[in-house]
Amino acid sequence: MDKKKLVIGVIGADVHAVGISILQHAFEDAGFDVTNLGVMVSQEEYISAAIETGADAILVSSLYGHGELDCRGLRDKCDEAGLKGILLYVGGNIVVGKQPFDEVEKRFKAMGFNRVFGPGTAPETTIAALYEDFGIKASEKE
Amino acid sequence: MKPVLLVDFGSTNTKVTAVDVENCQILGTAAAYTTVETDINEGLHNALEIMEKTTGHLEFEERYACSSAAGGLKMISIGLVPELTAQASREASLGAGAKVWKTYSFNLTKGDMKEIEEYHPDIILLTGGTDGGNSECILYNAEMLSQLSYDCPIVIAGNRCAADECAEILKDRSISICENVMPRLGELNIEPTQKQIREIFLKRIVQGKGLSEASDLVSGIIMPTPSAMLTAMELLSDGWEDHRGIGELVGVDLGGATTDVYSIAEGNPANMATVMKGIQEPYAKRSVEGDIGMRYSVQGILEAAGDRKIAKLSGLNRQKIPQLVEYLASHTDYIPDNEEMEKLDFALACAAVETAVARHAGSLEQVYTPCGLTYLQSGKDLRRVKYVVVTGGALIHAKHTEEIASHALFDESAPGSLRPENAEILIDRKYILAAMGLLSQHYPAAALEIMKKEIAYYGHKE
Repeated sequence: MDKKKLVIGVIGADVHAVGISILQHAFEDAGFDVTNLGVMVSQEEYISAAIETGADAILVSSLYGHGELDCRGLRDKCDEAGLKGILLYVGGNIVVGKQPFDEVEKRFKAMGFNRVFGPGTAPETTIAALYEDFGIKASEKE
Repeated sequence: MKPVLLVDFGSTNTKVTAVDVENCQILGTAAAYTTVETDINEGLHNALEIMEKTTGHLEFEERYACSSAAGGLKMISIGLVPELTAQASREASLGAGAKVWKTYSFNLTKGDMKEIEEYHPDIILLTGGTDGGNSECILYNAEMLSQLSYDCPIVIAGNRCAADECAEILKDRSISICENVMPRLGELNIEPTQKQIREIFLKRIVQGKGLSEASDLVSGIIMPTPSAMLTAMELLSDGWEDHRGIGELVGVDLGGATTDVYSIAEGNPANMATVMKGIQEPYAKRSVEGDIGMRYSVQGILEAAGDRKIAKLSGLNRQKIPQLVEYLASHTDYIPDNEEMEKLDFALACAAVETAVARHAGSLEQVYTPCGLTYLQSGKDLRRVKYVVVTGGALIHAKHTEEIASHALFDESAPGSLRPENAEILIDRKYILAAMGLLSQHYPAAALEIMKKEIAYYGHKE
């Protein structure tokens, strides 16, 4: 089957460059076609990249605590740009301070994200979620 | 002695350059009005006659020509997202020496099609989608283009997975399929497309424009003039085999209607703390400012720079400037005959060079983030480029060419504009760059040697 296509990057004014490269390798090893936009990615850049590459999912990373502000409105803009129903994930240190994760998750899901991952999530967890959401069975994995 | 004739059929002037390729010397240059409406040979004969007055009769062993007459190579480019494949297709067309009238993004509309019909381009470049990416858009646009009323050559250089289907849709048309201009997101691959465009130019365009009548006199028109320019600058910069070039450079060609800027430079960020934004730009990049020119587009200079700046540069009264500029715009063949107009032309040229180079060069933005100060760079960082080459009638015949050209350089009051910081200004006094681009197709070493001698006077310094 065709590889599923992911667009990944670190949103906003965040310059944490190492983790996103690790994720790129992990996702590629897991059989995905990955477009890594690097750091300081704006919402518009995710959307442009997703249109051009025909992406199946946008995975947003945020490590510096301002993710909640940066992510606001991304789903609406995706809808506006014709990316209706595209899978949206967010993960990292996405809020300020130590807040109960279930509340954080709720807020991000209300913003339109399909999956929300907290600090310290292993790439395997996200990969498992991608397989599940794309309906890829263990036998089809590369 | 082995004399070779190089001809540039320009929109206004036909310029001839005679060189001796054995001794790497310019024998003579001359220009006469282009006569594309009647017989293009007329202008050529006139120019040759003028030249032979100084050189004496020459028996040319070879003749080559480039052309930007009859509107040049008119193209439109089509992509998907404006700042991604649409931009890539624009870069590809410009680098091939085309005049890109318009760049379209997303699906073409009926209105767009009407515009295209009216403009009647020579070549259409159809792109969209990275390899394996979006294919709906390019297929839709192929379908739209299949309804064109005339057989315009179409170069397809988008998502490779959609290429076959595009070819099927456009099977009754003159199409050629090239590698994707953006195979992966942000990555440019424009050379194959440019090669194809040049081939089509040779095969079809030259004949279609009454330029082929020149072919008995010249061994053939081998490239569009801007392409010859870009080729010459690349050669001057990179060198040829054992012959060293002069290194990274920026070129400015200030004309009456447009201003072309070239850069032969990597333009990578200066340090680690800089984050790159936007697509990668070509190493040999050409940009065209259609609103910046000394006569036909003189209003554009005033708009871009503002009357305050023109007043400051010229020393003229601010209130007077709009009226004088209007005069220039309506008298396109005017040559300054008084001090006031000379000052104005000087100021306009300075502002034109500054605007065009600033638009061509990249920019750097300071961003304060929770992680500290970072820099965002888009486009090419040309600060470390060592040479600025200036050409074009408006510049080389001006009185203060170097002073005008210095406006291409980095300006402390606009530190975000990444123009050359400490570059030497080189002037193409004999207006030979396009001719050398032509010559380089057969005699690269001689072309390089002549450019070094005539433009860089580099031979004396080494």
